[in-house]
Amino acid sequence: MTEVLNVDAVSRSFGDRQVLKDVSFAVTAGRITGFVGANGAGKTTTMRIILGVLAADSGQVTWRGAALDRPTRQRFGYLPEERGLYPKMSVTDQIVYLGQLHGMSRDDARRRTAELLDRLGLAERADDHVEKLSLGNQQRVQVAAALVHDPEVLVLDEPFSGLDPLAVETVLAVLRERASAGAPVLFSSHQLELVERLCDDLVIIADGMIRAAGSRAELRASYAEPRYAIEVAADAGWLRDQPGVTLVDLDGPRAVFDLATGADDQEVLRAALARGPVRSFGPVQPSLTEIFREVAR
Amino acid sequence: MTTVAAARLVAAREIKVKLRDKTFLFSTAFFLLIAVASTVLPALLDGGPSSVAVAGGSASTAGLQRAGLEVRTVASDADAERLVRDGDVDAAVVAGPRVLALDEIPSEVVDALSTAPPVQLLDPAPGNPFVQFIVPFALAFIFFITSFTFGLLIAQSVTEEKQTRIVEILVASVPVRALLAGKVAAMTLLAFAQIALIALVTFVGMRLADVETGVVNLIGPAIGWFLPFFVLGFIMLAALWAGVGALAARQEDLAGTSSPLQMAVMLPFFATIFLSDNAAAMKVLSYIPLSAPVAMPIRLFNDEAATWEPVVSLVLLALTAVALLAAGARLYEGSLLRTNGRTSFGTAWRSRSLVS
Repeated sequence: MTEVLNVDAVSRSFGDRQVLKDVSFAVTAGRITGFVGANGAGKTTTMRIILGVLAADSGQVTWRGAALDRPTRQRFGYLPEERGLYPKMSVTDQIVYLGQLHGMSRDDARRRTAELLDRLGLAERADDHVEKLSLGNQQRVQVAAALVHDPEVLVLDEPFSGLDPLAVETVLAVLRERASAGAPVLFSSHQLELVERLCDDLVIIADGMIRAAGSRAELRASYAEPRYAIEVAADAGWLRDQPGVTLVDLDGPRAVFDLATGADDQEVLRAALARGPVRSFGPVQPSLTEIFREVAR
Repeated sequence: MTTVAAARLVAAREIKVKLRDKTFLFSTAFFLLIAVASTVLPALLDGGPSSVAVAGGSASTAGLQRAGLEVRTVASDADAERLVRDGDVDAAVVAGPRVLALDEIPSEVVDALSTAPPVQLLDPAPGNPFVQFIVPFALAFIFFITSFTFGLLIAQSVTEEKQTRIVEILVASVPVRALLAGKVAAMTLLAFAQIALIALVTFVGMRLADVETGVVNLIGPAIGWFLPFFVLGFIMLAALWAGVGALAARQEDLAGTSSPLQMAVMLPFFATIFLSDNAAAMKVLSYIPLSAPVAMPIRLFNDEAATWEPVVSLVLLALTAVALLAAGARLYEGSLLRTNGRTSFGTAWRSRSLVS
């Protein structure tokens, strides 16, 4: 049986407003799952419920088939949306303390903290107070705080906001490492291109409901319209008269078109070749942004 | 990890941070200075025996010396008068005999030269009136200022965690009860250490300053009872301080959310100070848990309480402490994760959103 963090029919209301409606999805071990949704869609509430910072009104979260309890959650790593550290404590002391709170011995926590700070490029700031660090560096400290105890499960709320491109790469590499070490990694982000690049699986939430969930490739395939792009040597205007073709975009020798169901793409290619050389021809994959727009509508 | 182990970690961090905090260290040093000053200084300022000038061969010399005065023999009454005017001696005895002094009747000299009738006190006061006043005042003041400042420190530390949002990471790692217990334990320990240090310094100071043993013997038991009363009295309000700290979203809100507690600390202080002469009122105050930590030791110091009385009062205090700890914990848990602005008392009390 694969190791899965399972969110199972979770609902939650604040007063009269129901923010989560029967939310179910799975985060598989060893895979990075992107959690995507508009502001207020319910991402943070879901993550808080996974971490036990908030209680669900109904439904449950399980890990390896068992409902979560405190000892299990203590082995989770959590990066909350609202970042926070003690301003007047040194970077090292802070992370060591959080490691100890997760049940590490002082020595283990110290060793692991030094490694992580080195990895995240913060080694020379290790003894500085957090309040003296730039926001980007505080953010890296926060990532270190979530990782110090080598968590079994990682839940990260917007881990890349406020990071410069270089830091994004560093954090990405660290997350991939955790995933390939066998941890399920769930993270939310507004940066869809980043999610597209990074994650293996996707969960899309809108208005407190899961609209789509699955592997990135599956989602792409299921939301792919029969759309093609072609580049020929001369003008591609003749496509307008080709049966079954609806032009989406035409720019001299380049064109994007949809095919009617049942129409043969090879037929179009042959027609193009009969008119002259073809530089490129192939199906168009919908981007995550397009899928998201489609799903979250 | 158990809740106890987690609470110990939390407490260790609180203590470590406070011991590095300059404001905290300065205030402790300041209190110790006051303790030293108030016990040692009066003895130092009491500048030895008065001096008196006497013209040669006066019959009064022997009597003055017997009274322990410093006698200076001069050639004439005129010389003696000049010494008084120059401030070299406190008084002079000239022909007559007449006593000369600058601006104050030198009662020691007058007493040495006169015969007083025998006096018998039917109800002698145990110590001198200064000690009678200062000890109750000092106890009340120390309790007030310490439980106030350390209480506020608990509240501030809670608000800091809320304001910086680290609380969400903490709550995701350890039980909320562990956080609360760790904070309360750390501050109680620090407050107790500060009080014990002040008590020790005062005691040593009194020994150094040669305060009469009668007074020391009275202060000893009063301080001995004061310590347990203090610890329970502090713990009684500690969780509530954490609760009002959690009600505030920012340090600026703290003055507002903590004002009922500030009253609960301030009113008993003023009540015991103003009513300290009223035995009936003090008796009532010494059983009310909020004022008992001060009123009962004062009654013991004044020798007004029977031996069983502090025990009963302490039990009452302990029971109230248990109830208020539970109330404070409920307030704390109900408001800790509400980071959007100040939480009302009622909302926090009814809230059950947390996973335990």
